[in-house]
Amino acid sequence: MRRAPWSQRFGLNGRGLVVLLPYLWLLLFFVVPFVIVLKISFADIDLAIPPYTSLFQWDEKNVLSIKLNFNNYVFLFTNELYFKALLNSLKVALISTLFCLLIGYPMAYGIARAKPATRNLLLLLVILPFWTSLLLRVYAWIGLLKANGVINNILMALGLIHEPLAMLYTPFAMYVGIVYSYLPFLILPLYANLEKMDWQLLEAAEDLGCRPWQAFYKITLPLSRNGILAGSMLVFIPAVGEFVIPALLGGPNALMIGRILWDEFFSNRAWPVASAVAILLLLLLVPFMMWYQSIQARESAGAK
Amino acid sequence: MAVPAGSATNPSQPVKAAPWKDPHAKAYVQIDRVTKSFGDFKAVDDISLKIYKGEIFCLLGASGCGKTTLLRMLGGFETPSSGKIFIDGEDMTGVPPYERPVNMMFQSYALFPHMSVEQNVAFGLKQDRVPKAEIKERVASMLELVKLSDFAMRKPHQLSGGQRQRVALARALVKRPKLLLLDEPLGALDKKLRERTQFELISIQDKLGVTFVVVTHDQEEAMTLASRIGVMNHGEIVQAGTPSEIYEFPSSKFVADFIGSVNIFEGKLIEDEPEYVRIGSEELGGTIYVSHGISAAPEATVWAAVRPEKVFMSTAPPEGPDNVVRGAVQDIAYLGDLSIYLVKLPTGKIVRVTQPNTSRHAEAITWEQQVYLSWDATSPVVVTR
Repeated sequence: MRRAPWSQRFGLNGRGLVVLLPYLWLLLFFVVPFVIVLKISFADIDLAIPPYTSLFQWDEKNVLSIKLNFNNYVFLFTNELYFKALLNSLKVALISTLFCLLIGYPMAYGIARAKPATRNLLLLLVILPFWTSLLLRVYAWIGLLKANGVINNILMALGLIHEPLAMLYTPFAMYVGIVYSYLPFLILPLYANLEKMDWQLLEAAEDLGCRPWQAFYKITLPLSRNGILAGSMLVFIPAVGEFVIPALLGGPNALMIGRILWDEFFSNRAWPVASAVAILLLLLLVPFMMWYQSIQARESAGAK
Repeated sequence: MAVPAGSATNPSQPVKAAPWKDPHAKAYVQIDRVTKSFGDFKAVDDISLKIYKGEIFCLLGASGCGKTTLLRMLGGFETPSSGKIFIDGEDMTGVPPYERPVNMMFQSYALFPHMSVEQNVAFGLKQDRVPKAEIKERVASMLELVKLSDFAMRKPHQLSGGQRQRVALARALVKRPKLLLLDEPLGALDKKLRERTQFELISIQDKLGVTFVVVTHDQEEAMTLASRIGVMNHGEIVQAGTPSEIYEFPSSKFVADFIGSVNIFEGKLIEDEPEYVRIGSEELGGTIYVSHGISAAPEATVWAAVRPEKVFMSTAPPEGPDNVVRGAVQDIAYLGDLSIYLVKLPTGKIVRVTQPNTSRHAEAITWEQQVYLSWDATSPVVVTR
């Protein structure tokens, strides 16, 4: 009897390989790093390279002892700094998401209702900022917002103000930076949702007695719910752990969990505590990610 | 609070024999010299039209003829570039859709996908702040009328095409509009369902007495539904009349050709008397005798239109020199109830003839056979444009 090629004996064929690739990717770049971080979070701080103790000890009597140190987690729960930072991060993420929604919804709506030719141009303009590094764009905001920056200079030249407004290193600058950076993540899924909308429904609503704003509230808004939720998750989830923008624009008082993480890692060299923070943050965001996934699944299933 | 049951329903008012023939009859919908331009293009070109209470008026035309634009202007979704529209005596200029006593059934039905059938139908009434108990009652009776009571809780995507069509109808009718606009109401249904729904539409219209304006490109649909048809071409109404007027007395080549199939022979008037005309047609290779006078300049080019079912076909030569021509059968299409013959004349012109298959054992006329074609002197319609 002819033997099947080796790849088939292992249950592998062309299709199997294609499916395997993304899983391999996930394993390499998500599962492995996660396990490492999880491991470090149960270690103890140590003056060594790397600066933490090993969980596994193989002594001369051939006994493998595993030492799990829960103190990092206990420390997080007993020290209210972390709780405050987390709460503040959630607050900042929530407010940023709301502002993104307020600015992004009209933009997504406008793009979806534009003529096809204009639509592509507008979409391009939304995506265009991605062609430059985030860091550069945040630095550009420093140039705009600082005391002798572009905005203050213009306002003073116009005589609207007599001394520069203190904008940089305030919560305002931080929100501007976050909303600006994450806006496209809200616009794109929302646009994808609105673009599928049957605008005749609005005419039908008007025909049945709705003023245009009533038609929007009763028809467009409920029908774009999935787009709103998906876009908001895409802003909210990364904004909770945002580090660069608060650090550059928000000044020293911006107490964000991402900032704490950075400080623990690099200033205090407390890798185990930092890892524990990372794990807790991840656990906190998992429900939101799962929610986002279920919205996406519903959206692609087409059921409303 | 108790609500008087169905007290406000319009008493069913059947269409008067032919209000359009009565010069004193009051028009219910009056379209007065309405034009709609999009840039240089005139979608609707100076249309004036009167529609009477209780009518089913069909706007019939090919796509792009302006019929939908005219309908949308009645609904308030487009503003006329010039001219005025009156509904029940009220000038509709500047009145937005949500304030018009008009409802529309959209071609795509435009049912709200996030609402159940019941919520869809109740939507317009809620918008008008009708008391809850009355909404419930009116929605229930409307769903009963369109036979959807058992589907009240379903979402639109759980319904068949025919059911959706009936939801759209119920939603538009429940507000008791003075005028119901229907945009290709049966376009999305298959043939069998379409025929059944046509008669349902007529019976519902009859029960409620609402005036209907229907847009369609399907002449059969227009013939079945309409009290009158307005045939549209290039933004103009080229002829308005009852289905039989349009079919039997088309006023132009376009109308004759658009409604049903027809054989058109170009010719010149050779005898023009008050009680008859004789037309010489090179295309036919003979003369056409018509037993009524027409108004046309002598020697003018005219067209005689003869419907395929009014052409007789025989193997033996019929009497008389007029309205007779000889040809060879080129093609036969057997449709069961009738057969279509395409007969080629010596001039090269193809004449379409339909004959009912009345006998199961008729002596069959076959391909290539030489036949005589003839018609009554009353059959041809002579048009001058």
